[in-house]
Amino acid sequence: MSLTLENLSYGVDGVDYVRNANLTFQAGSFNVLLGRTLSGKTSMMRLMAGLDKPNEGRLIFNGQDVTGLSVQARNVSMIYQQFINYPGITVYENIASPLRLAKMAESEIDRRVKETAAMLQISPLLKRYPLALSGGQQQRTAMARALVKDATLVLFDEPLVNLDYKLREELRAELRDLFRERQCIAVYATTEANEALALGGTTTLLHEGGVIQNGPVMDVYRAPVNTLAAQLFSEPPMNMIRGRVTDTEVAFDEYSHHALTQELSKLTPGDYWFGVRPSHIALAPANDDDLEMSMEVALSEISGSETFIHIDNSHFEMVMQLMGVHQYHTGAPVKVYLPINKLFVFDSAEKLVHTPSRISGGTV
Amino acid sequence: MAEIQLKSLAHSYSDTPGGPEDYAIRQLDHVWHEGGAYALLGPSGCGKSTMLNIISGLVQPSEGDVLFDGKRVNELSPRDRNIAQVFQFPVVYDSMTVFDNLAFPLKNNNIPKSRIKARVQEIAEVLEIEDKLYKKAKNLTADEKQKVSMGRGLVREDVSAILFDEPLTVIDPQLKWKLRRKLKQIHEQFDITMVYVTHDQLEASTFADKIAVMYGGQIVQFGTPTELFEQPNHTFVGYFIGSPGMNLIEVERSAAGVRFRSTQVDLAPWQIELLTRLTSKNIKIGIRPEFIELSPTASDNTYQAEILDMEDLGTYKIVTVQLDQQEMKVRMNEEFEGAIGSRTHLSFPQQWLKLYVDEFLVQEQQ
Repeated sequence: MSLTLENLSYGVDGVDYVRNANLTFQAGSFNVLLGRTLSGKTSMMRLMAGLDKPNEGRLIFNGQDVTGLSVQARNVSMIYQQFINYPGITVYENIASPLRLAKMAESEIDRRVKETAAMLQISPLLKRYPLALSGGQQQRTAMARALVKDATLVLFDEPLVNLDYKLREELRAELRDLFRERQCIAVYATTEANEALALGGTTTLLHEGGVIQNGPVMDVYRAPVNTLAAQLFSEPPMNMIRGRVTDTEVAFDEYSHHALTQELSKLTPGDYWFGVRPSHIALAPANDDDLEMSMEVALSEISGSETFIHIDNSHFEMVMQLMGVHQYHTGAPVKVYLPINKLFVFDSAEKLVHTPSRISGGTV
Repeated sequence: MAEIQLKSLAHSYSDTPGGPEDYAIRQLDHVWHEGGAYALLGPSGCGKSTMLNIISGLVQPSEGDVLFDGKRVNELSPRDRNIAQVFQFPVVYDSMTVFDNLAFPLKNNNIPKSRIKARVQEIAEVLEIEDKLYKKAKNLTADEKQKVSMGRGLVREDVSAILFDEPLTVIDPQLKWKLRRKLKQIHEQFDITMVYVTHDQLEASTFADKIAVMYGGQIVQFGTPTELFEQPNHTFVGYFIGSPGMNLIEVERSAAGVRFRSTQVDLAPWQIELLTRLTSKNIKIGIRPEFIELSPTASDNTYQAEILDMEDLGTYKIVTVQLDQQEMKVRMNEEFEGAIGSRTHLSFPQQWLKLYVDEFLVQEQQ
């Protein structure tokens, strides 16, 4: 079982929402669409569901052209940001509703509702009404309704966005486990890089309606095809520094000079973008050839267990990510170290030309 | 500017409250000091919005007193308390210019025109919206509108406190940190008591010098971001702060400390001593995923465990291990290698092993 998007495009009144998308999703896979707001995630899912018709291209399901098929004729479930439930009927009846529509036998309905409710840990709530539930419980109910009918395609449109982060953390882990055992195609849209990483599976980076990159999550994360992909798939975004390579050295922003050590010696002279992940910048040097920079703290943001420090000087503006809680006053001077062996390098056309080799995984 | 004190405060939305479950806020005493930058952090339904509304005067508490600089203000309206509020959604008059929006609270107070102009100009500069002063508010972006909302609180020199209720909800993720920085600068510059309500630990910890964590209608800890992370005073703080939250394991007393199933966990002498003085059987040990150590080899204080799962989150890995049927999360750096199903040896550095009785931290007596 597979779903293929073939040269798919969609737009309204001259505005393009999806541009020439080519993607294939396999049964039993978890696929994350990652992009900022208005990058085309929802539009693409609506095309897959049959809620909108593409202007160009085809949708192929199991080798069959389903482009013109209505949403009713497809076995699709969709879960939205807003918790959509029927307020007038119990949680049990909410979950049962798609099965009743399909005129399933009562005993089978009962079995499936109870099984799905147990899976989503809402069994004790079956007799209650949706509005008497917390946000997390309401979204679990909506998910149960979407999962109960064994759809071949399950679409999630930022389903956790309206929940607090602790609940998000828990539901994300549950979803991941839930879909490990199912044979359907799951597609999940999010604006958050960290959510894509936590969900795993395959990741598709979308930008302005176009597919930037697609592949197993860690392959995309470790080898982003260009500066845009690198920034989309990094939260906070990967720091980008302009640099000019000559025969002997690299000058960052024509200001900070560095010998061409280690892997950088392979670069041919020219202009490049050097990318460094916020988590790779350190307060102490790890290697002899780390690049030392004197910066000033613009803001230190603490997430509870991590600290994001926005730092700048007259040439550079960067974010670093540290484990633990670190308090800095705005304006405090700070010396930071960029590891040369962890730099990503992009050419002047912003295409990836070098990935750091010492980062674990061994695939790049 | 004012010190805000809550004395024996409790609130129920029911006219005839029965048990504690009928209370949105359960009997608490708390002081917000003058000029402090505070956050009120908790999950939805914990009572934080009720608390904010009681401070501002939108809700009258069913029990206890609200004191501003020692004076009871229970009966005063929000306006008479000189409280400024910034809500989730910007409150601006779309048809008026930014200047008129900012001048509005002053015009109501009979302040001379020249003084108004100077003050509005000053606040607009602080907020970096001086080039927008003569634009209609409806043409502003969401973050600019939210700055105007804040500005309306700041222009009044007699303001007692500014209360923020999830003010960054509608702001684009890429702009959020800039507004957080602005808020911090404003606090440093104006020295006004500010209370910021949120369910987001990042927003709370970034803005506030001290955070009140609310849970079940009570403040379970009031501390700095470092204290909440390193010394959670309640199991809920351990769980709620940090990602993933603290590992909490139910244990029972044993000779050299505590144990779960057949696993003995040694405690510090003072922890054992305090434990003997308490009778409760609700005992837990807590350790954060950041502080558990994993090693490929066994040594004196290690326990043999199995790696059940490993999540690669790019910048770090979350490893789920099982020790004596007890699952725990361990946070390792991105270089960590380990196979699912393989053996590992873990240890709990004593400094980071916390003891909880009846959900509260057992603390060393000074």
